[in-house]
Amino acid sequence: MAAPDLSVSIGSLTLPNPLIAASGCFGYGLEYEDVVDLSLLGGVVSKGLFMKERQGHPPPRIVETPAGMINAIGLQGIGVHRFVKEKLPLLRKRGARTFVNVCGTTLDEYVEVCRVLSDAEGVAAIELNISCPNIKEGGIQFGCSLHGTFDVVSAVRKATTLPVIPKLTPNVTDVASFAKAAEDAGADAVSLVNTFLAMAIDVETRRPKISNVLGGLSGPAIRPIAVRMVWECYQLVKIPVIGMGGITDARDALEFMLAGSTAVQIGTQNFVDPFVWTKVLDGLKDYMTRHHVARLSDLIGAFDPTPPEASHA
Amino acid sequence: MPPIDIAARVIANVRLSSDYSVLSLAAPEVGARTLPGQFVMVKPEGVTDPLLRRPFSVFEVLRNAQGAIIGISILNKRAGRSTRRLYDLAVGDVVSCLGPLGQPFKPVDSPTKAWMVAGGVGLAPFATLAESLAAGKTATTLFYGARTGEELFYLDFFERLGVTLVVTTENGARGTKGRVTIPLEVELKALGSGDRAMVYACGPEPMLAAVATLAARYHQPSQVSVERVMGCGLGGCYSCVVAVKHGGENANLVRSCLSGPVFDGAELVWD
Repeated sequence: MAAPDLSVSIGSLTLPNPLIAASGCFGYGLEYEDVVDLSLLGGVVSKGLFMKERQGHPPPRIVETPAGMINAIGLQGIGVHRFVKEKLPLLRKRGARTFVNVCGTTLDEYVEVCRVLSDAEGVAAIELNISCPNIKEGGIQFGCSLHGTFDVVSAVRKATTLPVIPKLTPNVTDVASFAKAAEDAGADAVSLVNTFLAMAIDVETRRPKISNVLGGLSGPAIRPIAVRMVWECYQLVKIPVIGMGGITDARDALEFMLAGSTAVQIGTQNFVDPFVWTKVLDGLKDYMTRHHVARLSDLIGAFDPTPPEASHA
Repeated sequence: MPPIDIAARVIANVRLSSDYSVLSLAAPEVGARTLPGQFVMVKPEGVTDPLLRRPFSVFEVLRNAQGAIIGISILNKRAGRSTRRLYDLAVGDVVSCLGPLGQPFKPVDSPTKAWMVAGGVGLAPFATLAESLAAGKTATTLFYGARTGEELFYLDFFERLGVTLVVTTENGARGTKGRVTIPLEVELKALGSGDRAMVYACGPEPMLAAVATLAARYHQPSQVSVERVMGCGLGGCYSCVVAVKHGGENANLVRSCLSGPVFDGAELVWD
């Protein structure tokens, strides 16, 4: 039997497998080069980058919650110029397919950051961060309005030929309508979900558990909601959907693919187990063997909505 | 050396008190790579709640009777759900153990003295440091503060290594009553003009701030091991940042997992 084909396509981009490291959960990728061969991953998404360096929020920045965590890092980052100069050449050398997560406080800043990246060598795609819940001026104002989403995607679309992938927030009533707005504006794909706006209180002190009070919830706790949202988007748009939210193993990744994800991102689990990548890849291959699937991409959206047997419920 | 992740069997879990235990893990490959001051990220296998690992200084590098390294231990204090789980582990249970991670202590040689200042569970990184200093014949003192006399652990271990012990307890049951910085300042004051002491510290952050400030006041260098809420231990999450003096504009928050946990005490910003 031929080797299983795990490759997937996102617009003009072909990835050897659908596993992508999620933004904010993998540093700039290079932090992990000692524990994982970056070229084995389908892709690596950088931390969110503005034009300039950012300090982020004061600690504590995370708190653990049932089967998840809340974070408000505040997009600490080195800025796009330092990224292009210091990180991108090394990522290229390691064979990483680098997606850059682009932030902006204004529409012009998004466009400007994307122009800088278009002129650089070694960027596979742009993930537009219009969904960070943790900073007031960090693009969520675009991501929570259909017009804002359309406008920022349109503007960036005109500024670059790189694949443009807006990352959507789940903190809206109907996430699929945002996927549609992004598609109409020329996006090559959408990725979802960013974190769910959340908070945690220390009952002993009656104070917040993280300095920013509010943060974003991630981890296995959010997975069923994320799967539902991917399924909703998959049914409404034709462009690829990149799904994420609490993926810990191959089974979880497959659930997202069956719901309509072309590729999947792994975020929080990377903190729990930095060796997750080869385990999930092996698990996908094992599933393909057991189910006689030659091409993993055949599973995209292959969810069968027939209700389960009562005895299996 | 790159860190490795081991599904490590619990060799022993010795309860030192109702809050403290020494958890010994069969992780020889981690033990063989560990330098004093480095840490591991651990959690019980197969548990999603709590989800994240917890950082612990490596307490001891364990050897068998023939001297071969068989694992490491951590000094665990029950504080929350995760540490309670670790306290309750039994021999044979399995713990995910990733390490060693972070920057170790920089050793010193004679005639510079080594002064280790520990507060409570902050004793953890000093067992391996004391061993390495003893091997180098550096004159070493442990200033060790605890809440009560019952929470002073491993004193005979340090005595066997020839470490001078100065203990304090908050209730005065053993040693000097009060904070560990009281006898430290006495000794700093007593140093001759040509004497030099490297002050190593690990414990609650106010203690670290006080120790670093005292060391600077008496013109002695210090190295402090900080503890911050940490997500990954590898530089991926940016949770464990501390403020440093020379990080540059907008860049003075550095990750304690990569740049630390051991920092030059004079380099940190204490608020």
